[in-house]
This record gives sequence, structure tokens and C-alpha cells, in this order.
Amino acid sequence: MKRIGPFVVERRLAPSRGAVLGISLLAVVLALLVAAVIFWGYGVNPWHAYRVIFQGTLQSPQGWAEVVRRAIPLILCGVGLVVAFRAQFWNIGAEGQILAGAVAATGVALFSGLPDPWLLPAMFLAGFLAGAVWGMIPALLKVKFQVNDVISTLMLNYVMMYIVEWLVHGPWKGPTARGFAYSDLFPPAARLPLIPGTRIHWITLAVGVAMAIACAFLLSRTKLGYETRVVGQSQDAARYAGIDFLKVTLWVMLISGGLAGLAGAGEMAGVHYRLRSPAHISMGYGYTAIIVAWLARGSPLAAVVTAVLFGLIFAAGDVIKVALAMPFQVTDVFNGLILFFLIGSELLMYWHVRWAPKRAESEG
Amino acid sequence: MGWEEWLISTIGRALAYGAPLLWGTLGEVYAERSGVVNLGVEGMMAIGAFSAFAVAQSTGNPGLGILVAAAAGGGAALIHAFLTVTLRANQYVSGLALTMFGLGLSGLLGRGWEGIPLKHPLSPVTVPGLAEIPVLGPMLFQNQSIITYLGLVLAVVLWVLLYRTRWGITLRSVGESPATADALGVNVYLVRYLAVILGGILAGVAGGYLSVEYRPAWTEGMTGGMGWIVIALTIFVAWDPVQAIGGAVLFGALYHLSYRLQPWVAPELLKLMPYAAAIIVLTFVGLGGAQRRRGAPGALGVPYARGEK
Repeated sequence: MKRIGPFVVERRLAPSRGAVLGISLLAVVLALLVAAVIFWGYGVNPWHAYRVIFQGTLQSPQGWAEVVRRAIPLILCGVGLVVAFRAQFWNIGAEGQILAGAVAATGVALFSGLPDPWLLPAMFLAGFLAGAVWGMIPALLKVKFQVNDVISTLMLNYVMMYIVEWLVHGPWKGPTARGFAYSDLFPPAARLPLIPGTRIHWITLAVGVAMAIACAFLLSRTKLGYETRVVGQSQDAARYAGIDFLKVTLWVMLISGGLAGLAGAGEMAGVHYRLRSPAHISMGYGYTAIIVAWLARGSPLAAVVTAVLFGLIFAAGDVIKVALAMPFQVTDVFNGLILFFLIGSELLMYWHVRWAPKRAESEG
Repeated sequence: MGWEEWLISTIGRALAYGAPLLWGTLGEVYAERSGVVNLGVEGMMAIGAFSAFAVAQSTGNPGLGILVAAAAGGGAALIHAFLTVTLRANQYVSGLALTMFGLGLSGLLGRGWEGIPLKHPLSPVTVPGLAEIPVLGPMLFQNQSIITYLGLVLAVVLWVLLYRTRWGITLRSVGESPATADALGVNVYLVRYLAVILGGILAGVAGGYLSVEYRPAWTEGMTGGMGWIVIALTIFVAWDPVQAIGGAVLFGALYHLSYRLQPWVAPELLKLMPYAAAIIVLTFVGLGGAQRRRGAPGALGVPYARGEK
């Protein structure tokens, strides 16, 4: 306990919901202020920049639609990462798992020869499985060979990125792509319907929200969810409780990687309709989803909300790129700054400031 | 070209490509020895690469560029130190944030400098006399960078510091058991700050080397994942500065071969080699036994709070 003037500062065991929300918002605002300095240093009037962003995103229905469209892959990946983080598995590999899903979905769309009505379900299934496999490799390596999960998941991002590069420059380069590094366009039956007037592929959105609900149920109401939480709390406790660490880790990464794979399949079937260079498919959704999950503090449902917040940042990046001719990397600057302030403010949440003026008799 | 010549030139180039990996790894070894993981190496290298290029291009002095890169890397690391040591934030998340920020900021500020060749790059040196030695001469003493040599010397110096001096014992004790070190009168926070900042300085130099000597130009994302290889190397070399030389040369060779073998294999598949190899070597390390026995600092990744349970 510390006394500052008439205030008493105490430490709490668990932060209150209000403190978490208030301080998180404050952190985001501070990050935007620092970003304003960077805008200014870049020669752009920050006031003008933020006004342009606001007009381009939140002031029109089309702007909102773009925010939601950008949020779709973030919801799926963010929910998956929440599950992984609950088991203390550091899945930094959603980016690669998205790409794995995109590759599998492309394979099905272009080469499976399935009848039209089966095409889209098969693409999503293939995307899920590919993402899951790409996520389960590091799980296996961690449990069996103590390979650090941060490193293995990250390295697999690069491996998958170059596999996609290879596919679009080599074997899958479309004969109709006129020399560009694209695959052929998907047939119409392999494309998702959009909400008219927007670019929202609502089926993927619905899948994402459904997965968030399913994962919330899984974590709070099932045996696997319980085991996941125990493993996340303490691996020793999990061992004493007879929990199979390998099984839990594999399941968690099946879900986490699988959801990222679904996001990849959704981007293919709903946005791009063809495999293209990895930087165009994902633009860092997998990394941004880490912040989405971190902000959601272990709740898959909260991840839906935080995903929309970062969908806004992506949409803002698009606006800035067009209106102010600034590169899309602005979003990385925003993301990094927001994350800095969020984790920097974490300690604050445990402080409770109380108005308690000293009374004369209690002094000394 | 005979195979001997091929091998000699490959090792020579492996050393050149390994130099940034060596500098980065030495820095991360020191940071982690103090108990702080810094996943921001990729970001600090990107900041270093951009600031070195910008300064070298505007002043015509590549050496000054490298110095500024070192300072910029150190400054970036200071953010990580403040967040993880003082505010006790999660080290993984802070490092990731630093990487995002570093890549984003360098990409943003570097927009106008993209793809311009550097007017006065740092030129490679050929050591007079030694370059004439058969085999070793062309392998080690022709067309090498002064930064490569400095890196090799630094590796030995840091090894001696770590294992043969009081300072080294202090650093290792802080990483091993900060509470004990604190009880013995060591300023844990100060040691961790210094180690993390040193890590940033070395990562900055690594990035600067890339943009003012190895490929004297600035392109967004030119660090291309080297910072992550550094994190893997730190474990692979068992947190040992001298072993870092071997690890850096091995992965330098892989990077070099990904260009060298292009007549035979698709370039995209070659480029994934170092990343796949990083997973494979760490799997072998895992087969060999527990991390702890290999020298992993006991308190790695754990924030230290003085006077708290």
C-alpha cells in the first residue's frame, strides 16, 4: 500500500472488469497519440490523417463493411490463438496456417473435379485440415523434442510462404494469368456469395462467429477445455492430474491451426478467387491475430470484438494508402504501438486507487 | 570451377552471410543470459538496416551509418527493456510488438529510399599478406567485411567476459537466479537493462551491415527473417558466444547456397532452407537432452519483482 497525497494505492489480486476495459482503451488512445507523432514526422498532418481515416471507415456503410471484411480472418485466427494461448502454447504461426489453408482450398477449387455443390464445403474442409496439420507439427515437436513453440511456428510461416511463392511461380502458375504469379481463377462454384453492395463473404463470417461460440463452450464446459486450462496454468499440475500433455497440445493446435486454415480458405473463396503471392493473401492477419487474442484475455467471444477493432486498423491502412499515399506498413506501426501500450499498462490494472484523505489522529 | 574452389568460395561467402547472424546472435545470447528473451531482433535489425542506409546515403559515410544503426538498435531495445524489466510485461509479447513496430516503422520511413543503390557502401577488405596463403587466404582473407572480422573478435571477447570475469558471473547469476543475485547486492534491473540494450546495439549493427555492405541498398523487409534465425541460433549454440560463430557460419552457408544452387532447384524452395533447417537442428538439440543442461538460463523469460513472492 502506498500513499500519494490524499490517495491510497493498493494492489489487487485480480483486476476489475472496468479497470481492464478503461485502461485498455486508454492504452489504445495513447498508442494513437504516439502514432500521430509518427504521422507528423512523415509530413502528414495527424489531425487530417485521423479525420480521413474516420471518414473512410466509420462514417459510411461501405466503410463499416470493409472493417467487417477485414475482421473475418482476424476472428477465425484470433479465436484459434485464444485457445492455443489458454494452453500456454505460443502459436505465432497463424500466418503460415492461413497460407496452408489457402493452398489446400486452391488445390480443391482448381484440381479436385468435385461436383459444383461440393466444391465450397470441400475447400473449407481441406483448408481446416491443412491449417491443422501445419499447426500440429510444432505441437508434436514441442512435446516430443522440446522445440521452442515460438521458433517452430514462426519458421513454418516462412516455409509455407516460400511454398506458396513456389506454387504461384511454378507448378500452379495459371496459363491464363498472362505471366503474372497467380494461379488460374477459381470456377464460379468455388466462390462465396457476398452481401450485396459490400465485399463481406458472410458465410466465412458466420463460420467465424460460430467457431467463437463453439470454442467458448469447449473451453468452459468440456473435459478437453478443462484439461487445456490446467495445462495452461501449470504443466506440473497437469502431470499430477494425469492429463496427457501430448493429446491436449495436439488437440489445441488442431483447433488453432484449423481455424487459421479456415480463414485462409475463406480469403481464397471470398476475396481473391486465386492463389497469389503470400503478402497479398494475408498481409499479416496471422500476426495481428496475436494482438486480437491477447486483448481478448482468454475469451473466444471477446476475440470477436477485438478482431473488429483490428479490422478497423486494417481498413484504416487501406484508407491511408489511398488517401494519403502512405504505405500499408502504417498498420504494423499501429499494431506494434498498441501492443506496447497494452502490455505496458498491464501492471496498472492491478492497482486500485482509493480516495482516503488522512485524518489527523491516524497520522504517524 | 573445381569442387575445391567451389568449397572455398562457399565458405568465404558463408562467413559474409553469417556475419549479421553472428552479430545478432551474440546480442541475443547476452540478453538471454540475463534472463530476458527478446523476440524483437527482426525489428531491431530492420531499424538498424534502414537507419544505417539513410545516414550512409545522406552523409556519404558508411561507418557513421553503422554507428547510428547501433544506436538505433540500442534505442529500440530500450523499449523492450523498459516494458519487460521495469513494467514486467510478458517478454514474448513485447518482443513481438517490437518486431511489428520495427518492420512497420522502417517500411514507412524507408518508403522514399526504396531500391536506390547506396553511393558509398562499406567496401570489403583483402588482408595483405594473409590473402596469399593457399586455401585459407581466399576462404578467409579476401573480400571479407571488416564487420565480419569485428564480429569474430567480439565473439571471443564476449566469451571471455562471460566465463572468465566477475562481470560474466554477475550476468549469468542474474539470468540463473535473480533473487539470489539481488541478495548478494547485484542490481538485477541494471544488469538486465544493459544486457538487453547491448543485444539491441549488436542487432542494429547486424542490420546496418546488410544495408551498407552486403546488399548496399534499402528494401523494405530486407532482413527477411534473419532476426528469427538469430533466436533459433541462440538456442542451437547453447547460449555460448564462441559456438555462435559455428552456428552463424552454418546458417550463412545455407543462405548463400540458396542463391548458389539456383541453376538446379527452384529459387523459392531454396529460400525456405534456412527456416526448415532451423526447425531440424532444434529437433536434434531436443533429441540430445534437456535445454537446462545445455546452459539455458534458469530464469529465462521470468520477470523479476524485487521483494515480492
